[in-house]
Amino acid sequence: MKRTSRRHAHHLWAVLIFVTIVAASVASEAKAGGPLEEVLRGLASPDGEVVERSLNELATLGDASVVAALEALCDDRLRAGPDGTIYYTAPRERTLRNALSGAVANPQPTGAREVEVNNQVRRQALPVLAQLKLRSPSESVRLAAAKELEERGSAETASLLRGALNVERIAKVRNAMAVALARLDLESTDPDRQLAGLVVARTLGTPSLQSDLKRLAAPTTTDERIRKGARQALDVIDSRQQWVDLIGALFHGLSLASILLLAALGLAVTFGLLGVINMAHGEMLMLGAYTTYAVQIAFERWFPGSIRFYLLAAVPLAFLTALFAGVVLEKTIIRFLYGRPLETLLATWGISLGLIQTVRLVFGAQNVAVANPDWLGGGAEIAEGLVLPYNRIAVILFAVVVTVAVWALLQRTRLGLQVRAVTQNRSMASCLGIATSRIDMWMFGLGSGIAGLGGVALSQIGNVGPELGQTYIIDSFMVVVLGGVGRLAGTIVASLGLGLLNKTLEPFAGAVLGKIVVLAFIILFIQRRPQGIFTLKGRIEV
Amino acid sequence: MLARVRQRLLEMHTTRAWAALLSAAALVLVVLPLSNGVMAPNSALHAPDYLVPLLGKFLCFGISALSVDIIWGFAGILSLGHGLFFALGGYAMGMYLMRSIAGEGVYRSVLPDFMVFLDWKSLPWYWRGFDSFPFAMMMALLGPGLLAFVFGYFAFRSKIKGVYFSIVTQALTYAAMLLFFQNSAGFGGNNGLTDFKHILGFPLHAATTRLGLYVVSGVTLLLAYLACRYITTSKFGRVLTAIRDAELKARFCGYESTNYKLFVWTFSAVLCALAGALYVPQVGIINPSEMQPSNSIEMAIWVAVGGRGSLAGAVLGAWLINGGKSWLTAAFPSAWLYVLGALFILVTLFLPKGIAGAWSQLMRKRRP
Repeated sequence: MKRTSRRHAHHLWAVLIFVTIVAASVASEAKAGGPLEEVLRGLASPDGEVVERSLNELATLGDASVVAALEALCDDRLRAGPDGTIYYTAPRERTLRNALSGAVANPQPTGAREVEVNNQVRRQALPVLAQLKLRSPSESVRLAAAKELEERGSAETASLLRGALNVERIAKVRNAMAVALARLDLESTDPDRQLAGLVVARTLGTPSLQSDLKRLAAPTTTDERIRKGARQALDVIDSRQQWVDLIGALFHGLSLASILLLAALGLAVTFGLLGVINMAHGEMLMLGAYTTYAVQIAFERWFPGSIRFYLLAAVPLAFLTALFAGVVLEKTIIRFLYGRPLETLLATWGISLGLIQTVRLVFGAQNVAVANPDWLGGGAEIAEGLVLPYNRIAVILFAVVVTVAVWALLQRTRLGLQVRAVTQNRSMASCLGIATSRIDMWMFGLGSGIAGLGGVALSQIGNVGPELGQTYIIDSFMVVVLGGVGRLAGTIVASLGLGLLNKTLEPFAGAVLGKIVVLAFIILFIQRRPQGIFTLKGRIEV
Repeated sequence: MLARVRQRLLEMHTTRAWAALLSAAALVLVVLPLSNGVMAPNSALHAPDYLVPLLGKFLCFGISALSVDIIWGFAGILSLGHGLFFALGGYAMGMYLMRSIAGEGVYRSVLPDFMVFLDWKSLPWYWRGFDSFPFAMMMALLGPGLLAFVFGYFAFRSKIKGVYFSIVTQALTYAAMLLFFQNSAGFGGNNGLTDFKHILGFPLHAATTRLGLYVVSGVTLLLAYLACRYITTSKFGRVLTAIRDAELKARFCGYESTNYKLFVWTFSAVLCALAGALYVPQVGIINPSEMQPSNSIEMAIWVAVGGRGSLAGAVLGAWLINGGKSWLTAAFPSAWLYVLGALFILVTLFLPKGIAGAWSQLMRKRRP
């Protein structure tokens, strides 16, 4: 019953406000900025009562175009010209702007004086400002106003919020307003309002209300209903927070997994095919990342207009650079070491030392700055306190695309068929006329190229420095050990498993202990399955 | 009895090789100390003071090269985790040295300085007993030995070998490095253990103490060499090489290869830990960067350059490379990594048996 009556009351409010708004807008249209201009002039009056009257009038008129001027008033940035026209200056600027349009005044009037404001005026102006913002036609301004009121709302803003809530249509803004209102309600002493606030807290489960709820759930609260309601709301928040944490950990695990996958994919292919561990594989990641950096520099210098798209050019270039490096290495060094895996390991380590030192000499020992293009900045806020950065989402998608491409190459092309044949039985494949040494060369290049792609991805989410490869190489070796060789599925499952395991262990055990646990797990796991998760059914040498 | 000893000694080396070995030992253990300790400082025969700890360091590297060689050259297992054992031995020694300066640190506390800095009130349990030198030395050998045994047991039992084993040992070392980097682990974090003042009451900065440590390292190297030589020339050693060359055949002949590998792996780890324990008082610091993957791999390249399967070659390789490193990093700092990288590549491509292998090939050609 009570609820319905409240709802009626809300309707009434809404109608009233609507009428006011319509009236105000009609009025302002009719006189074409005339009264607004007039009222604004009142703000510059030395008489406190005139200022207060002007503020109230601005509130009644409800025109959002004075928001900038009011903000300027509170920040001591409002100026009055000699003829009484009101100007303001933007923060950290000196040029005067028209108070209503925000346009730079031309010519700049001379002899403009600062409008003096005292704290009383500020106190009166802030709610008016809040009200105007809450009614602003811009969704983001309304949202920001609601968030701001949640932080520092006062008793009188409650009714403003209630009014705004009734006409608000965008769910996101409604929620923010409801939370701000709930907070004020919880902080009030009226039990009815507190209960209403609890209902909101319970349904929305917003973590920011936690401290108020804890206060109400304390034994000092006399009202049984409120205490119980607060405790329930706290429970809702807790369980919601657990979900948020879990999803966050899963997301970060997925992000790590995609990096591991990009790093290990090429490693697994070359290890499966050639039986050699390429210690310089991490440096292929580094080459990819530095190629991205170089492309960024080139765009800055020659095509600053299309800097947004530098990444699109970096992807193929990084792939080709690393592929080329891989092919050269295979042709000059690796192919002489087939059948001697331990020596290959040492030789490729030597290669990696040379590459690191070269990059250090060319680009310097410090990390270089690779910026996200604007379309990868920011993130999607899928819940309160859980923002998924776009760059990480992009890396995950990129890893998926690359994996699908590699899979297609291995399973759907002639080259892939030959690669699989050589992996299973080199001499038989050779007898059937497959040019195994050419396959070796291309696959080594391809494996390196994939790592180059991984480097592009890494440059978007982490630091780019000469030691970049070293950080990831050991983890990607673990993926290969765990996943087994020659099977894409093994690599995928292993990197997913390691990524998720690492990130879910981190909150409990800390990053380092988590790593040690993962290592112990790997050692125990290969006790049971020395060949990795998926073993190749074929004649491979044990 | 005497005849049997004589025969065993001759199995280890020919008379000529014994003579060469003993003269080398005399050079290292008698001539240099005399030249540093007895000769007048301005004489041309005087070995300068800075040389003693440097050469002492090289002797320790020689011991760790032996430990890598006996497992890689004779059992075919390439460990990329020997830096871990080296560092663990070093940490045990470092803990003793830290305890021996209790009350003399910056904060005048009984606790090591870094613990005071972290606001710890008492020693963690694993620091107990390290104020006793014999206990610390026991732990320096026992700790790494136990770790190697447990790890080796699981690894060899599940037939992890080849590059797999190398990678897993590398990951183990890496994980340990991350652990030791943490302040909360109780080993001084990033900075490690340092500011040592004296060992067994002798001041560490005194020239005589340094000479003493140098001689102890030299004697240890000689003993380690003889022990390794004893093992590799025994029947055990021959089974080991059989396992290295054809593990399946050796197993079919009835040799449980796992046990052989496990023994030599643990022995090698203990030897490397000993090198670490001798190394720390001579350089005055131990920190987690000793466990960097690159350190362990560098040990492998000492052996590769010197010659896998040749104990003397391994020691020689360690000396050559570290000598080159000392000189090059001072003279041409940016060239060193290129030289090292090129060594890795060229030795594996053109000198698969290292200097020792090339030498014996040369000898065979000259005297067919």
